[in-house]
Amino acid sequence: MTRVHDMGGRFGDGPVEADDSVTFEKEWHKRALALTLAAGALGRWNIDSSRHARECLSPKDYSRFSYYEKWMAALADLLVDRDLVTLDELKSGHGHGVSDVANKALRAQDVAKVLASGSPYTRACDVAQQFSAGARVTTRRPAGNVLVDGGHSRLPAYAAGATGTVVICHGGYVLPDSNGHYLGDQPEPLYAVAFEAQDLWGAQANAQDEVILDIWQSYLGPAE
Amino acid sequence: MPHDHDPDHYHAVLPSDPALRVKALETILTDKGLVETAALDEIIDTYQNRIGPQNGAKVVAKFWDDAEFRAAMRTDPMPALSDLGFYGRQGEHMVMVENTPEVHNVVVCTLCSCYPWPLLGIPPGWYKSDAYRARVVREPRKVLAEFGLDIPASQKIRVWDSTAEIRYLVIPQRPKDTQGLSEQALARWVTRNSMIGTGLARDPDQ
Repeated sequence: MTRVHDMGGRFGDGPVEADDSVTFEKEWHKRALALTLAAGALGRWNIDSSRHARECLSPKDYSRFSYYEKWMAALADLLVDRDLVTLDELKSGHGHGVSDVANKALRAQDVAKVLASGSPYTRACDVAQQFSAGARVTTRRPAGNVLVDGGHSRLPAYAAGATGTVVICHGGYVLPDSNGHYLGDQPEPLYAVAFEAQDLWGAQANAQDEVILDIWQSYLGPAE
Repeated sequence: MPHDHDPDHYHAVLPSDPALRVKALETILTDKGLVETAALDEIIDTYQNRIGPQNGAKVVAKFWDDAEFRAAMRTDPMPALSDLGFYGRQGEHMVMVENTPEVHNVVVCTLCSCYPWPLLGIPPGWYKSDAYRARVVREPRKVLAEFGLDIPASQKIRVWDSTAEIRYLVIPQRPKDTQGLSEQALARWVTRNSMIGTGLARDPDQ
């Protein structure tokens, strides 16, 4: 049910390289970031569908690609999938003629404004808030998208079927499971839910520690 | 979306060397008029030189020093953050989480690498690493020890997994011996890692 990106709790990765503090290790990393943001500004995809494109990399590619290699592979896939670039152009390494949406290209003078304006994901929402702070809730199991088989979803496998306590009611937010597949915002209440570490990981976890996740209402039910 | 039945995906036709792969995409997109080279340079300049952890440090220092700002950060932070110019992509919905003697907070995104860009810039290598994403939710005390941070058994650890568009900024505990310092001087004590939870605020001269 899950994909390779869903790695929370996994064993085997070894120590964190805490000294690896650089943001752009190589010159091309900057280019990769900028290209991704500039192409994103064309408006042919959204934050959720671009995340899903990275998640759809094969497990083999996802594991061997560095961070910005994942971004580049997903960008190439999105460009073709969303009809901005043809597979022939990708193969040839050149664009064949000017795009009919070139008028939408991000201009240098608009960069500051576009980056500073962001994209708010709060929405007025017809779905009634079902839980309040302090409510005990259980997440769906298996984790996964119920609209699209194998589709984008934001409930990590490690928190599927777990019972926790609502700590923050964030209000109505765009549902990634829908937005990631261009099926509309379908906003619903979003909550921060706290889980006892031992409920997620067993007795070896510290008894007083917690993990808190942001979880959409449709992923939740009253505590079982 | 890319199709699972196409196991190689479209990207496989690009050069495998990542630098050449980026170059090829840039060439295709500029040929087609879909990307302007000057805009790319402007984006890079923004995240390399103008947006970074110095922004978050200002927020933390102000939080420590200014009761009215602190109250706003606890209830409705976005208007005051916008007034400071700290709004934008990947920082639209901030929530501040405060460290206390009882609770230490640490932030991760296990599913990708969500991070509050307007306040902290582009995430460092370790934040994006598989090891951090996989492990900090399950064994936070061991991971923090790898950063040289030993959390006493008496302090609860709260790990925030950024699974939605809410972005969490840790407010580290204000160090002793900082009474009377200006916000500007206080900001020097606020490290990037202290705002993610893998470090503490510390004396800049030590």
